[in-house]
Amino acid sequence: MNFEWLGRQFDNIVFLLGWHVLLAVTPLILGLLIALPLGWWAHRSRRIYPFLVGVAGLLYTVPSLALFVLLPVILGTKILDPLNIVAALTIYTVALLVRVVADALDSVPQDTVQAAKAMGYRAYQSLLKVELPVGVPVISAGLRVAAVSNVSLVSVAALLGIPQLGSLFTQGFQLRFFTPIIAGIVLCVVLAMILDGLIILLNRWLTPWTPKVVAS
Amino acid sequence: MINYLFDPAHWSGADGIPTLIGEHLIYSLIALAIAAVIAVPLGIYIGVTGKGVFMIAGLANALRALPSVGLLILLVLLISPAFPSKMGYILPSLIVLVLLAVPPILTNTYAGVRAVDAAAVDAARGMGFRTMKILTDVQLPCSLPLMLSGVRSALLQIISTATIAAYISLGGLGRLLIDGKAQNDYSQMVAGAVLVALLALFFDQLLAFITRRVVSPGLTRRTVKATLPSGEVIPSETAKTPTAV
Repeated sequence: MNFEWLGRQFDNIVFLLGWHVLLAVTPLILGLLIALPLGWWAHRSRRIYPFLVGVAGLLYTVPSLALFVLLPVILGTKILDPLNIVAALTIYTVALLVRVVADALDSVPQDTVQAAKAMGYRAYQSLLKVELPVGVPVISAGLRVAAVSNVSLVSVAALLGIPQLGSLFTQGFQLRFFTPIIAGIVLCVVLAMILDGLIILLNRWLTPWTPKVVAS
Repeated sequence: MINYLFDPAHWSGADGIPTLIGEHLIYSLIALAIAAVIAVPLGIYIGVTGKGVFMIAGLANALRALPSVGLLILLVLLISPAFPSKMGYILPSLIVLVLLAVPPILTNTYAGVRAVDAAAVDAARGMGFRTMKILTDVQLPCSLPLMLSGVRSALLQIISTATIAAYISLGGLGRLLIDGKAQNDYSQMVAGAVLVALLALFFDQLLAFITRRVVSPGLTRRTVKATLPSGEVIPSETAKTPTAV
């Protein structure tokens, strides 16, 4: 490791890290916002469930590099536009979470739903105040998987020349120089771990009734 | 893109589309075979004995966090000086592909063996089956659906990452994407992207089909319809097998 080089490149690395966070986190939030109503729809209708889960499975199949290249054709963007990465990762996040949200809502005990109804909750109140909160642990487990794989997938965009931590890999390859590669890998893994930890904390904060047992 | 795909010049020769598809498949299947040889026996062992379960939980998530591009480039720089020939980039690519394919197969095999109904195992033992026969005739067939879904996500992961490995000069359909980028030939890139996506979809559906064929219908409850004495038919439940992992 050449720490002198790291010191000189500090500003640049912070810039790349910022872009990486932006490109990984934006799709996570957008994907969750889109997956919630879709998952609810799949949960409500037994006919829609296999259709939505099937389409999600097919979308998840498309390799990331191919999706990054295909989206400009569909969206009319330039190939170097970071928007393509956000759109592609949003698609993956939605594909992963639709099923998770539907299964989370399915996992809410019928007794709980009926108790809410008996206490006078309207359907939308029951959904927002009872069913979704009870489903939070399942949804956040899915969100953790999406967050960690997004961080790794963003770095693929470096092959197209979109700046983020993956640029350190291509730079290291061109220079035959290990320092940026190792720095990039370490930062990616640390970023994934931080996002993962944040979701665990968020889950604990949103579900104060669950016993405080540390999950392995 | 259409013009690129329908130009006969792109369908023959050493860098023609059939050759690239062939290369993509060979690397992918070799990596899948190596990963399966490692992960299936290990998964069965951990599932049956319960030893090393702590490894399973951490491994899947830790490897998902590792950026595959970074890993590929790191291994090429480490290994290629020792192998001056083509092996200098084929070997690191295969290592990364295997590394990415092992966790889904391993965790799903383990989960599959664990999820086998204990009553079925007890019944087999009661019927006088020996441990080995219980494994081959009861536990393995029962864990097949989960195991195959692990193989399916592993293969998708491999096909996707083999595309990326074109950057470190591995052959395959990724060549169209990387060379297209280098030559500013966008139609070539899109043609490559379409072909890679089709290849992945084809293999996903192929494995889904194989799963339907080899998994015992008693497990998926696909063809099983229970009829009550009153003549009322209870519709079969569609099995939920995880696709996106």
